[in-house]
Amino acid sequence: MSTLVEVSKLSVHFTLRGGALSRLTGRGSAVVRAVDGVDLTLRRGEVLGLVGESGSGKTTLGRALLGLVPATAGSIRFDGTELAGLPERRIRPLRRRMQMVFQDPHAALNPAMDLGTAIGHPLKIHKLTSGEAETRTRVLEALELVGLAPAERYYSAYPSDLSGGQKQRAVLARAAILDPSLIVADEPVSMLDMSVRARTIELMASLRDRLDLTYVYITHDLATAKLFCDRIAIMYLGRIVEIGSVASIFEQPRHPYTKALLKAVPVPDPSRSAPRDLPRGEIPDASRPPAGCAFHPRCPVAFEPCGWTGRDLRAHLEDRWTRLGASAYEQESRVFADFPDLEFSPVGDVVVAPGRLHTASDVLTVLNDARADAPDDPLWRGVTSMSVRDGKVVVGFASPVEPRLLPSPGGSGHVACHLHHPS
Amino acid sequence: MTVLDVRGLRVWYGSSRGPVRAVDGVDLAIGAGEVVGLVGESGSGKSTLGKGLLGLLPDGAQMDGDVTLRGEPVDARELRRRRGSEVGLVFQEPMTRLDPLMRISEHFTELLKVHDPGVSKAQREKRALAALRDVGIPPSRYQQYPHEFSGGMRQRIMVALTLVLRPALVIADEPTTALDVLVEGQILAMLSELRVTYQMALLLITHDLGVVAETCDRVAVMYAGRIVEQGDVRTVFRDPSHPYTRELLRSTISLATSELHSIGGAPPDLVDPPSGCRFHPRCPDVMPICSSQDPLTSRLADGRRVECWLRGSRVDAR
Repeated sequence: MSTLVEVSKLSVHFTLRGGALSRLTGRGSAVVRAVDGVDLTLRRGEVLGLVGESGSGKTTLGRALLGLVPATAGSIRFDGTELAGLPERRIRPLRRRMQMVFQDPHAALNPAMDLGTAIGHPLKIHKLTSGEAETRTRVLEALELVGLAPAERYYSAYPSDLSGGQKQRAVLARAAILDPSLIVADEPVSMLDMSVRARTIELMASLRDRLDLTYVYITHDLATAKLFCDRIAIMYLGRIVEIGSVASIFEQPRHPYTKALLKAVPVPDPSRSAPRDLPRGEIPDASRPPAGCAFHPRCPVAFEPCGWTGRDLRAHLEDRWTRLGASAYEQESRVFADFPDLEFSPVGDVVVAPGRLHTASDVLTVLNDARADAPDDPLWRGVTSMSVRDGKVVVGFASPVEPRLLPSPGGSGHVACHLHHPS
Repeated sequence: MTVLDVRGLRVWYGSSRGPVRAVDGVDLAIGAGEVVGLVGESGSGKSTLGKGLLGLLPDGAQMDGDVTLRGEPVDARELRRRRGSEVGLVFQEPMTRLDPLMRISEHFTELLKVHDPGVSKAQREKRALAALRDVGIPPSRYQQYPHEFSGGMRQRIMVALTLVLRPALVIADEPTTALDVLVEGQILAMLSELRVTYQMALLLITHDLGVVAETCDRVAVMYAGRIVEQGDVRTVFRDPSHPYTRELLRSTISLATSELHSIGGAPPDLVDPPSGCRFHPRCPDVMPICSSQDPLTSRLADGRRVECWLRGSRVDAR
């Protein structure tokens, strides 16, 4: 299969600016690394799934593929043309060949526009027909194509006359009428009722065959991705952590995050659903990604090189106090001079100062108690030493190493995890 | 002990085309410590039913039928009065339900001041911290503002704000739909644990059969304003008795799905629903009687209640 889209080292960063004061002082601004150094090849005719939680960067990556958000760095070649850095007026003619389908079909159609006008609109914008009559014929064909038949009736229908599933069909007709090469579909079925999801996926699959389409299917739902995709890329905090064929992702998942996602999909069979041991916490703030592997704070099998820092220690102590209750929190948090500040400690050894009326040995006692109560917590694999120096406690951490996306050992896909590529 | 008993509940509201019968004769009971899943597609009336039980129906909506709460008959006004203290609620969007200008501690203070005015400040804080602990929020976060929490943590805080009043019944409307799949799993596991510790009756409204399978003891399947089948989750999922339940289960996409299936047609217009069984225009097993007469409610040997002519001839209506 030939390559349709080639993405290399793509980054999309957004700058967050604080209030007026921070703009004056230059402090408080932050960068969200929505997409952070992604390499990806999209082959002609395939369906590639981008799967991840919200905040994983999957939607931003999908939009960047169409030039809808500017790339901060790296390259996107669409059928040989470089999109990164191309001005909008030069991208626009290419959009005819790459279309997007959004999640909410109720919001994607103008309620005041009948379907004939809405679906014919792209033809007008790109000046692809000779006149009204040809536009009408093409629109009727597109309606037939997506199964909105009799087409004559739907031509003059308004979005309010349609069910959610029918609206999504209309949206697909509007995308397909331009005869595109690539459709990026962002959660196209997640707002639809269960009873029509299957029909919509079948429609997308049949359009692929009839129009030689290539799809990027963005979803959080591994179950539909399994049915629709050829290959799947699992994303976490702006990076691809695992990519491979559907078979390799579902039968031989390598990354602990992929395994967790698979375990989390609810099973509609009460006799088989068992209590699940799911990773704690949530996807972190992309403006302050954790060191090393971004998944390590939630990873049940994380170890020394995964990126342990002071903020992991803070999270660990908070977990401990949640378990032990408010009085333990009262007593133990007092021994720290500035407990919340652990959150912002840089990579490397952390110096913890004791609070008023407390000594370094009190701090050490709390830390040792925490360790004794949960010795198997992955955090303690990353803590190399705890000692008293100059009246403060110094907690040493193993040096963080960023995992790279490398070929899975003994498999067909790629994975970014130290477990599989010990350095 | 039965906490909630609903009989013949109807909710309707006006539209330009005539009355919309959103809930049209529903019987439902939930016991202490029991989780009942109310499933249906959009427009089935499941959320309207939940709002009715919370006294949260919009102006212009009417409700009738018999509702008893812990044995006491209650009407819509009474339900509204007992909302919070006896009937708790958890909504879908945790992002928008907390006041961004109030600390978490202030949310609890305000709530407890309104519902339990006699309680001392120290007692209030103790109760709030205990509820937060039960939902896994660290005590170190008590004085923080909502924006300092993630989506899953905000939903945990919402649950704690509900539980701190110790309601007998909690109605959760799509509590995990806006959350990521890993967080959804965490919240569902937490709710399962809490209904045991708090001995609350939980009505879980959802469109997701997977969520029902993992969390609920019983399931009620709603279609076009009526509960067409209800019973033990295991029994209903293993051997669905109503064709709609069966088709809905078949069209659910899970990791075990190898073949796609969907239900033809679309849910009916509730201003002018189909005659007889409302599912008959989409039903693969439709018989002549289905379009002409309302199906009877049958009680099967395993305790299930089903509203379908395929079963109606076998067993007497209640």
